[in-house]
Amino acid sequence: MGRSGPGRIIALVVSLGITLAVTAILYYWFRESAVLGSDFMSTMEPASDNADTIQDVYILIFWLAGAVFVGVLALTLAFSLMFKEQEGVEAVQTHGNSRLEILWTFIPVIIVVIMAVPTFDAIVQTEGDAPEGAHEVTAIGHQWWFEFEYPEEGIVTATDLHLQVGRPVQVSLLSDDVIHSFWVPRLMGKKDMMPGHENQLWFTPTETGVFLGQCAEFCGLSHAKMRFRVIVHSPEDYAAWVESAQAAAAEPEDELAQRGLEIFSSPAAQCMACHTIEGVSSGDIGPNLTQVGSRSTLAGGWLDNTPENMADWIADPASVKPGSLMPDTGLSDEDIQAVVAYLQTLQ
Amino acid sequence: MATAVGTVGQTTEQSKIWGWMTTVDHKKIAALYGVTGFFFFLVGGVEALLVRTQLAVPEGTVIDADLYNQLFSTHALTMIFLAIMPLGASFFNYFIPLQIGARDVAFPRLNALGYWMYLSGGVMLTLSFFFGGAPDGGWFGYAPLSSEAFSPGRNMDYYTVSLLILGTSSLISSLNFIVTIINMRAPGMTMMRLPVYMWMTLVVAFLLVLSLPVITVGLIQLYFDRNFGTSFFVPATGGDPILWQHIFWIFGHPEVYVLILPSMGIVSEVIPVMSRKPLFGYAAIVFAGAAIGVLGFGVWSHHMFTTGLGTVPQVVFSASTMAIGIPTGIKIFNWLGTMYGGNIRFNTAMYFAVGFIALFTIGGISGVMHASPAVDTQHQDTYFVVAHIHYVLFGGAIMGIFSGIYYWFPKITGRFLDESLGKLSFWIMFIGMNATFFPMHFLGVSGMPRRIYTYEAGLGWDTWNLVATIGSYVLAFGVLIFLINFFKTMRQPQTASDNPWGGSTLEWATTSPPPEHNFDVIPEVRDRDPLWYNRDHGIEPTPRPEHMHIHMPPPSYFPLVLAGGVALIGLGLLTHLGVAVAGALVVVYGVWGWALEPTE
Repeated sequence: MGRSGPGRIIALVVSLGITLAVTAILYYWFRESAVLGSDFMSTMEPASDNADTIQDVYILIFWLAGAVFVGVLALTLAFSLMFKEQEGVEAVQTHGNSRLEILWTFIPVIIVVIMAVPTFDAIVQTEGDAPEGAHEVTAIGHQWWFEFEYPEEGIVTATDLHLQVGRPVQVSLLSDDVIHSFWVPRLMGKKDMMPGHENQLWFTPTETGVFLGQCAEFCGLSHAKMRFRVIVHSPEDYAAWVESAQAAAAEPEDELAQRGLEIFSSPAAQCMACHTIEGVSSGDIGPNLTQVGSRSTLAGGWLDNTPENMADWIADPASVKPGSLMPDTGLSDEDIQAVVAYLQTLQ
Repeated sequence: MATAVGTVGQTTEQSKIWGWMTTVDHKKIAALYGVTGFFFFLVGGVEALLVRTQLAVPEGTVIDADLYNQLFSTHALTMIFLAIMPLGASFFNYFIPLQIGARDVAFPRLNALGYWMYLSGGVMLTLSFFFGGAPDGGWFGYAPLSSEAFSPGRNMDYYTVSLLILGTSSLISSLNFIVTIINMRAPGMTMMRLPVYMWMTLVVAFLLVLSLPVITVGLIQLYFDRNFGTSFFVPATGGDPILWQHIFWIFGHPEVYVLILPSMGIVSEVIPVMSRKPLFGYAAIVFAGAAIGVLGFGVWSHHMFTTGLGTVPQVVFSASTMAIGIPTGIKIFNWLGTMYGGNIRFNTAMYFAVGFIALFTIGGISGVMHASPAVDTQHQDTYFVVAHIHYVLFGGAIMGIFSGIYYWFPKITGRFLDESLGKLSFWIMFIGMNATFFPMHFLGVSGMPRRIYTYEAGLGWDTWNLVATIGSYVLAFGVLIFLINFFKTMRQPQTASDNPWGGSTLEWATTSPPPEHNFDVIPEVRDRDPLWYNRDHGIEPTPRPEHMHIHMPPPSYFPLVLAGGVALIGLGLLTHLGVAVAGALVVVYGVWGWALEPTE
C-alpha cells in the first residue's frame, strides 16, 4: 500500500471495503434489534402518530450520521494505510489549507441545519397541545407502580392503561414521591413525572394491541421492576371495558373466594389500609384492586397475573420488589389462597 | 535543601516516604496523581465488571438491587472524579511547566494540596461501601430521590461531602494552572505558540473554575436539605427538583468537556509527532477547543429534554447542542489532515490516537442523534445513551490517556513501554471496548432502560447483554496486559534519550526524566514547534553555564496538614459536627503555618 498513484487507490478501496463491510454488519444487527413486533419495547416500530413523527426524524438523522461514520472511518483507515512510514520518504510539511478548512466547517453547518429543521418541526408538533376533544387520562407515578385515573369516566386503576384506537389521548403526568418517567416506546417518547409539577404528553394510537411500558427515570430500589402496559382497543371493546370498569366489585359466589373477601376485609391482614376495592374498601397507598383479576400483570407490571404469582407476591413482597411498601402480611398459605381466589374474581 | 545543581532525582536527606508526602515538585505530584488515578480506574473497572456480571443474564442473582444501585452510582463517580480527571491532572501537572518552559507551577504548595485533597475525597468515596453504604442515587443525584425522605441512609451524604472535597481540589488546581500558563511561559512563547495540549488545559481549567462553584452550591444545598431540614429540592415543602437538575447540569455538562478536551489535546500532540509533520490547522483546532469550552456552557438542558421544559427551551438547547458538533468535527478533520501526507510511525501511542479518532467519532454520532429532542424522548435513559457516553469517555478520553501514557512514558520514566505488549493490549482493549459498548446501541433501540438491576427474559435484550458482559471481561484483560507491561518496564534500565520520538515541543528539550529544575537553561522560543524550528535552522541548545543558582521551592508539610483538616471537616459532616470543628481548627493552623513558613 503506498502513498502514490495506484497505491493510493488500493488503500482507498480496501478502506472503503472494510468500512462498508463493518457498516453492513452493524446495520444488520441494528435492524434485527429494532424490528421486533408486538410484545416488545422497540423504539423503531411506531404505533401512534407522534411516535411516527419521532421515527421519521430519527431515520433522517440516522442516515446522515451513517454517512459521516462511513466517511470518517474510511478516511482514517485509508490514511493509515497510505501514509505508513517508509524508507526515504519525507512527510509533506504543510500547516493547513484555508479552503479545505472552510469547506469542512461549512459542510457540518449544512448537515446541522438539515437535522435541525425537521427536529424543530417535530418538537412543535409533539410538544404542543393535544387536538381538541382528546381523551384525558392522568398517570401518577409511585414507587414502584403506575396509577391511572380517567376523570371523564370516573375510573381509578393501575398498571394497565386502556385506550381507544384512533382517539387522541392527553396524559397528564404526576408523581407521588420521586421523579419517574412514563415511557411506552411504540406509542410515544417518554416524559418525566416530576413531583411538584404536572407534565403532559399526547398521542393518537393507530393500532390496536398491547404495548409495553416501563419507568425510565431511576427511582430507587425497584426501578427495574416498575412497568405498565397500554392496551389499545377498538371503539366497541373500549366501551365494553369502560362499562366493566365502572361497575362495583361483584360479590364473590365461590366459598373460597368468600372466605378470601373476609380475610381481605379483616384488620389483621392490613389490606384495606392501602388498597381500594369499589364497594369494599378505600385505601389510597397501593394500587386500586377493583379489577385486579383482569389486569395483565401484578406487582407494578413485573409478574404475569396468575394465581401462583399472586400468591407468591402476597406471601413475600420484598423478595419480588426490593423496597416495596407492601408489608409481609404474615398470612398463612391457606389464607393467601383464599384471598387470591377472591381477587381473581374481580374482573 | 532549596537549590538544585543539575542533579537528576530527588534529594536524599529526607526519608523517601516523607519526601513524597511533602513534595511540591510538579513531577512528583504528577506521579502521585497518575498512580492514584490509575488505581481508582481499576476500582471503577471492578465496579463496572460487577454491574455487567449481574446483567449478563436476565433476572440474574449475582448482585441485589441495593448493592447494584451503589455500584452503578460509584462506577460513574469513580471513573469521572477519581480516575479520568486525576489522570488528566497527572499529565497537566507533569507537562505544563515543561511544555511552557518553566521550572514548576505558579503555586507549588497549592498543587500538592490539590492532590492530598483528591486522595482524601477518593478514599472517603470508596470506603463508603464499608461504612454505611456508598452513594446509590446515581452520579447525578436527582432530587427528591436523593433527599432524606427517600435516601435515609448515609449514602448520599458521602456523595455530597466527598464531591465537595473533590470539587474544591479541582478548583484549586485549575486556578494554579491558569496562572501558570498565562504568567510563566518561556521567552518567545506567545499564546499562539502554545502547544495545543496547553490550550486544551487552559480551556479545561476555565471550564472548571466557572462550573465547579455552581455544583458546590448545589451540593451544599443538598447537604442542608438532608441534614438541616431546608427545602431547596423537596416539593412537599416548597422546593423544586428541577432546580437541582439545572444546578447539576450547568456543572455536569462543562464537566464532560473537561473529561474529553485533555485527550483531544494529547492526540493533537501525538499525531503530528508520529506523522512527522506539523498539526494541520493549529489555529482552527485552538479556536475549536475554545468554542467547545464556551458553547459547553450553553447546552446543559439537553440532559433535561424529557423533564417538561416546554417547546422554546427544547428548540434552543437542541440548536446549541447540534452546533457544538461543528467544532468537534473540525478537530477530527484536522487530525486526519495531519495524517495526510505524513510518514507515520505506527507505535502504540499512534494506535491509541487513531483509535481515538474512530471511536470518538462514533460517540459523537450517537450524541448528535439525541441532540434532537424528538429522538431524545426515545433515547434518554436507555442504553443508547450508555453507549454514547462510553464511546466518548472510553473510546475518547481513556484511549487518549493511554496514547499519552505510551507517548510520554520515556520522558517521565526514561524507559519505553514494550511495543509488542502495547499493541496487543491496544487490540484487546479495542475489541473488548466495541464488544461491550456497541451492542448497547441495539439494547437502547430495543427499549432497554438504564440503571436497572435486572430485566425480564424474552424482550430481545438477552443476547446483547451477554455479549456486552463478555466484551467487558475482554476489555479488562486488555487493561491487565497494560499493567503487566508497566511493571515489566519499570524494572528495565533508563535508556531513553532526550527526544526519542523527534517531538517538537519543549518537554523534549531536556533529559528523560528531567532534573528537578526541568531545564538547565530556560529555552527561547521562536516558533510553535520550537525543536523542529531549531533543528531546521541549525540552532543549538544553549550550553549549561558554569555556575547555576536555581532556586526551587522547598518541600512543605502544610498542604498535608490542610488536606488533613479538610478531611476531618468532611468526616465531621458525616458523623459529628464537633469533628468538623476540630477539622476547621486544623485548617486554620495549616493556613497559618503555610502563610508564615519561609520559602527559602
